[in-house]
Order: sequence, then structure tokens, then C-alpha cells
Amino acid sequence: MSGLENAIVVKDLCKSYPGFSLRDVSFSLPAGSILGLVGENGAGKSTTIKLLMDAIHPDAGTIQVLGTDTRDPAFSRLKEKVGVVLDEAYFPEVLTAQNVEQVMKNTYTNWNGETYHRYLEKFRLPDNKIFKNFSRGMRMKLAIAVALSHDPELLVLDEATGGLDPMVREEILDIFNEFTREESHSILLSSHIVSDLEKVCDYIAFLHNGRLLFCEEKDRLLEEYAIVRLRRSELEALESTAVVGKKVTDYGAEVLVKRGGVPASFAREHLTLEDIILFLAKGEDNA
Amino acid sequence: MDIIISNADSRPIYEQIYAQIKDGIVAGDLKEGELLPSIRTLAKDLRVSVITTKRAYDELEKGGYVHTVPAKGCYVAERNPALVREEYLLRIEEHLREVARLAPPCGLTEDDILEMLRLMNQGNQGEEK
Repeated sequence: MSGLENAIVVKDLCKSYPGFSLRDVSFSLPAGSILGLVGENGAGKSTTIKLLMDAIHPDAGTIQVLGTDTRDPAFSRLKEKVGVVLDEAYFPEVLTAQNVEQVMKNTYTNWNGETYHRYLEKFRLPDNKIFKNFSRGMRMKLAIAVALSHDPELLVLDEATGGLDPMVREEILDIFNEFTREESHSILLSSHIVSDLEKVCDYIAFLHNGRLLFCEEKDRLLEEYAIVRLRRSELEALESTAVVGKKVTDYGAEVLVKRGGVPASFAREHLTLEDIILFLAKGEDNA
Repeated sequence: MDIIISNADSRPIYEQIYAQIKDGIVAGDLKEGELLPSIRTLAKDLRVSVITTKRAYDELEKGGYVHTVPAKGCYVAERNPALVREEYLLRIEEHLREVARLAPPCGLTEDDILEMLRLMNQGNQGEEK
């Protein structure tokens, strides 16, 4: 599968449930990179991931994963090449890590026991403790160890760092970083912990109320926008075309601007991805 | 090679990487023909986006500091004396501008500054002997 340009291509994807709809979502994940899917709870992240894995079917639009359409019968064989981790780790409660391996050996033709045991050791996971007694962090790490042990080219993770402490999260982000040293390895991960995504992702896609507000290089986002803090009386001096969103209090104003629209000396403050996303989401709701 | 990335630095990350590799080349710490880490390796080592390091390398190549051999990697280019000279001149100019800004509040004339420079050079020569 080497030489593939995009690991994932999503076009005009639509899916409706009562009370929720995902509308016209299009994005792609270039091979060898990490794409972060951000959005509030209920924005459509999990729906998108289920569609990607062909667990549910789209009302309209197409999805290609590793070069194959997900509705193509050939896709079921290709799933071996995709490591999936969902936000609820899901092994039967009485199984140990040892038992899990027995199951996986029979599930995946490419199962690599050596890799699996290397990850168990790296994650300090016990061989013989039953799953029921695992902490949330341990469960997540076991799921990731399994996902990485059948030689995947693509990892898809839904909220894999949610509810974990900063040390474990850092450890997991490191694994993602290492996994993508290989040029053919790609990752799509969803999270609402924006700072985690900012650390590892090459691309950020932002879902809000079932619509994709942007899918952009992380660097470009951080470069394009700036935060300006100023007195309320100074607000008028800003070109309105440069203003993307603003928060005005009794003590001053905080404005998200397009860097190109303001004098360079204005936009000195360090900006995070979280700032951009909060301002854009709020702007969208007020529109 | 040291590459330090700072969030407090207002320059974008690719520019910080570009500047530090360039400085290493201009100063001669990175030798002509030396193989630089691949775009992907450097990105993963520094924990920045692959796009970031790619951009830094593109800028270095544009500036003539490195050249890329397809499927092999990125090498430090032959030292171009004119390029090094230009880089140094640019820096001298920057420092002189700072001198010109700071001198008047101290009541220093142009001659005072020339005298300072002369003394400094004499001092340096004295040390070398």
C-alpha cells in the first residue's frame, strides 16, 4: 500500500439521525501524517469514525480508506490494516492480557506476538490480571497495544486520551509520534482535549454541530490567526474584516483576528489551537 | 546539532528551525556535505509536524544552504563565501542600527564610537599576542 497519497479521503459525507445530522463533510488524511478531529460532545466525531470503519452506512457521500471504498466488499479484508481504538475499551471482563492475545491471534492473520509483548512491557501492563480490574488508563493502553500489534498502516482512535492522567496521555502521544516515523503510517484521532491534538497532529479538522468548519494544516492555523487584547475604546480601530471573533468584558476586549489584517506589532501574543476553536465555535453559534 | 524551540519566541516554529540550522551552517558547525536528518526524523525527534520541518528545509534549500538528493537526503551545500558575507553584513547592519539607537541617550558622538571600536580591536590584538 506504499505510494498511496491519502490514507483517508472523505467526500460530501452525510448521515442523519433523529435530532442530529452530519452534513457534507469532506476531508482527507495525507499518508504519513496525523489528523486530529476536534469538536464538542455530539459534534459528530464518533459518527464520522463509525462511518469510516463501515460500522454504519452513509446516507450520501463516499469514503476511501487506504485506497479502497468502504462500501466495497474488499474493504472487510483491508480492515486488518487498520488499528481501531474506541473510547470504551471493550474486552470481556474475565480475560487477561494473555487471553486477549489468544483471541487476537485467531482474528488477525498479521498478528505479531513479539510486538504485543513489547508494548505490554512498555506500558507496564500485567500479563495475568483480569480486564475487570484494569484502570481506565490500563484498558486504553491494552486496546492501543492490540491495535498496534497486527501491523496496521492506519490507526483510528476515538477519544483515546480522554479521562487519562497527563503522564499516561503523554506516553500515548509518544507512541503516536513513534508510529508515524514510518512514512506509510497514518493516524486519525478524535479528541476534545485540544492541547493533546496540538502536540501531535499535522492537520486539524474541526467538526461543529455536524458540519466541518475547517480541515487545515496545524501550522497554518496558528500562523493565520492571532489573539489581540486591547481596551474597548480601541476596538473600533481594528478593521472589521480582520476580526473573526471577540469577547468583550467590562475591563477590555479579546479579539481573534486574521494576522494579515492587523499591524504585526499587534499580534504578539502566543496563541493556542484551543483559542481558535473556542472563538470559531462561538462565532458560528452567534451567526 | 542543537535546535531549541521556544513558545515564547514570536517566530513560527519552521522559522526557528530554519534559523538555527542556517546559523550552524554559516558558523561552520555543520560542515559542507554533511547529511542532515530526514524531514520525518527531525520532525519526530523535535515532536513537531512533518509539515513544519519540510518548510524549514524548503527555506534552507531556497537560500542555497542545503541541497536535496532525491531518495538520499538533504546535505549541507558547498559553502558559498558570498552568501556567508551577505549574512554577516546583514548582522553587522543590525548591530550598528542598535548602536545608533543607543548612542544619543548616552551622549556618544560618531567619533566616540569609532574610538571605542578602535580600542576594542587593539585590545583583541593585544590578547592574541
